[in-house]
Amino acid sequence: MVDLSINCGGIKSPNPFWLASAPPTNSAYQNCKAFEAGWGGVVWKTLSHPIMNVSSRLGGFDYSGQKLAGLNNIELTTDRSVDINLKEIKETKKLWPDRAIIVSLMVESKRETWHDIVKKAIDTGADGIELNYGCPHGMSERGMGAAVGQVPEYCQMITEWVTEISTIPVLVKLTPNVTNIQMPARAAKAAKAQGVSLINTINSIVGIDLDTLQIIPSVAGKGGHGGFAGPAVKPIALHMVSQVAIDPEFNLPISGIGGISTWKDALEFILLGATSVQVCTAVMHHGFRIVEDMIEGLTNWMSSKGYSKLDQIRGKSLPQIDSFGNLNLLFKTVARIDQSKCIHCNLCYIACEDGAHQCIDLTPENGHNKTVIREKDCVGCNLCSIVCPVPECISMVRTDDGTSEKTWNNLVQDFRNDGKELTWESLAEFQKGHGIEIH
Amino acid sequence: MENIASKLTQEQYEKNFKELHPPFSYGAALAEASRCLYCYDSPCMKACPTHIDISQFIKKISTDNLLGSAKTILKSNWVALTCAKACPVAVLCEGACVLNEKGDKPIEIGRLQRYVIDNYFAKEMPPLFTKKPSNGKSVAIIGSGPAGLSCSAELALLGYNVTVFESSDIPGGLNTWGIAPYKMRKEDALKEVELVKTFGVNVKTGVNVGIDILFNDLYKAFDAVFLGIGLGESRALSVNGEELSGVVSALDFIEQVKTEEWSSVAVGKRVAIIGAGNTSIDAATEAKRLGAEEVMVIYRRSSQDMSAYNFEFDLAKKDGIIFHFLTAPKKIVGKNFVEGIECIRMEPGEPDSKGKRRAFPVPGTEFVIPVDMVIKAIGQEAQNEFIASIPGVKFVNGMVEIKPDTYQTGNPKVFAGGDCINGGKEVVNAAYDGKMAAHGINNFLNN
Repeated sequence: MVDLSINCGGIKSPNPFWLASAPPTNSAYQNCKAFEAGWGGVVWKTLSHPIMNVSSRLGGFDYSGQKLAGLNNIELTTDRSVDINLKEIKETKKLWPDRAIIVSLMVESKRETWHDIVKKAIDTGADGIELNYGCPHGMSERGMGAAVGQVPEYCQMITEWVTEISTIPVLVKLTPNVTNIQMPARAAKAAKAQGVSLINTINSIVGIDLDTLQIIPSVAGKGGHGGFAGPAVKPIALHMVSQVAIDPEFNLPISGIGGISTWKDALEFILLGATSVQVCTAVMHHGFRIVEDMIEGLTNWMSSKGYSKLDQIRGKSLPQIDSFGNLNLLFKTVARIDQSKCIHCNLCYIACEDGAHQCIDLTPENGHNKTVIREKDCVGCNLCSIVCPVPECISMVRTDDGTSEKTWNNLVQDFRNDGKELTWESLAEFQKGHGIEIH
Repeated sequence: MENIASKLTQEQYEKNFKELHPPFSYGAALAEASRCLYCYDSPCMKACPTHIDISQFIKKISTDNLLGSAKTILKSNWVALTCAKACPVAVLCEGACVLNEKGDKPIEIGRLQRYVIDNYFAKEMPPLFTKKPSNGKSVAIIGSGPAGLSCSAELALLGYNVTVFESSDIPGGLNTWGIAPYKMRKEDALKEVELVKTFGVNVKTGVNVGIDILFNDLYKAFDAVFLGIGLGESRALSVNGEELSGVVSALDFIEQVKTEEWSSVAVGKRVAIIGAGNTSIDAATEAKRLGAEEVMVIYRRSSQDMSAYNFEFDLAKKDGIIFHFLTAPKKIVGKNFVEGIECIRMEPGEPDSKGKRRAFPVPGTEFVIPVDMVIKAIGQEAQNEFIASIPGVKFVNGMVEIKPDTYQTGNPKVFAGGDCINGGKEVVNAAYDGKMAAHGINNFLNN
């Protein structure tokens, strides 16, 4: 039996799938519907000061006919009053005691104001609080959201105002619009938060209408940057989650966010250290119903691999993350083309020829071109296998015998030990000794 | 029969009967699944008589959750492999696909469904459903066709002791015997029987209710009875010469093609099929694929009145089948065996209540077409005698009368579904009937 239940910094839910604080979690109606569909938790759309939203709020990023590879928004926090939201949170929690309800908060940088809203959030019976320091537009101009998240000192100070009175777990939601994500994460820890959620949206302009020259979305002829989310941001989010997860000074639970649409995406976040995962864009595209496949897919994967609890896989891929200087320079792969699967589009050829290291030859055969790898020139960059449209046609095959290892750091140390200087010539000598030819 | 068509090589038979819609490769299934828009409350789901949540099962293909996908399909339809291969998808799910309206090719739902269920059977049916504890009640199912199987599966999961009585030695009903080999092979239908057996259903083959065991005995021994008995014999043409050697019924012919070596199925050099429904098309194309030189369909009304689907008509035309519309058989000519068929030209009249135009013979237009074999495909008789023997069960227009919500017949303990209640529809209709009847039975036995 597979058990998907989690405990994220004291916030428990029957599965790791939470809805992120966003339009899908705006109301009791939506959150109850989400719980019915199977979501393990919701982060209620951020409660804040009075705001008004504009009309025309979202911009979609389509790629090659695929809708919504990314989604840009300029929507602010909830535009319904704090009181209405608190009442609905309380009612929803009563109806769904086994699910996690986390209240997202963002108020001005005054200790009393924070104290007041935190107490009210706790009174609803919610399971936790998420501090929204991430929103990159609108609120930051009023000194909230990313304006706090981008300055670790502010992040720590405000988080302390919350943790000093909170009786329920506090997660700090981090903005990715910083140079080093570890800094605000450490600030959250220093302020005694129970964990962090990341990433919030990335500053973006999603596009321009080439007929009107208007920025998308256009609000009566004006626009500006928004927050970018959806499948396109996943690699950035995975990296940031991993950076926080491997930080020895951090070591707290993480709620992973950023482009999660399927159970596979969620699993990648978990393998890089996330305890819960949060979803928004995929639900905005297809509705709450997607969670059925997420729960089922993750469960089936776990049982097929012999795992029964998420603790067994959380962070399992993290130990591989290392600096470039520790990668083995003598590991060698080359591309092999399965000629029986090749459809002769020659995309591998042109990609290698113009975009890589010129190691594929075109040989005319039976009225088409046969693509042949010159293995001695192949650097094993993967590009041909990445552009190949046929599954399993080009595979990357390891050719070294696995017995030799020399990392860049080792190499530099060797040179130092031997009193050699690191020059192109000395490097060429090392390469020659290992049959590596640079051309 | 004389003038038998010459035998083909095994290789040629295999080529002729190869699958019309071959399976998807992994990559192709993924690409096709990714084309699906994942519509909400989708038109394809509504067009499916069993209401499979199609966009959900396709979404699960795209995330490699194939077991979950199989579960989504099977919880709505227990004969999903047969349906994937034999359903007239062009007029059901695929015909309703929103991409048609967008001007794109519809999603190949049937082939995707087949991909999922093939994978499920290849993985040896890992359990996806939990059976309720036994409730001590028992139900007898007569017939192991799609209606009987669906009803059995559903009842077994609800905790009933289910016994299926099948007159033939091989179970599956028309799923096993009645589907053209280029659509589906017998083995596929048997896999579905095996699936239902994993729920604890006892399938007794070679037991003909009414002969080997009396209906009344079943009626007494079980808490409820489900009739999934289908239809009976092929309808007679009622013309002179029908008794001649070389006159066969379409169902017998199709069954032979399905069960015997192709080389041992006798087919005339020139074959006439009487009737223009989907079964006639099957018989016609199968005769052609077995090596008949000339195959024709003879139909007394016009092309617009025939009940065969357009895509079946197209398939027949591609196979070189000749259609004689507005032509009715008058007698079969021959001394000891079929030598020809005498026909008369017909003239269309006013449409009847179903919109079909009646046709009237044009006097003096008789002519003889030389043929060696006549295949009767003008429908099946109902199982009149058997049904008449069950007290309380009413029979209207050759169909068992049921309450539409509960599938209960005039006898409260007896329920029915499939061809015997609708006069002969698709497998998918029978699958739905069986499932709904199971819930009717469950309600009846719990109130």
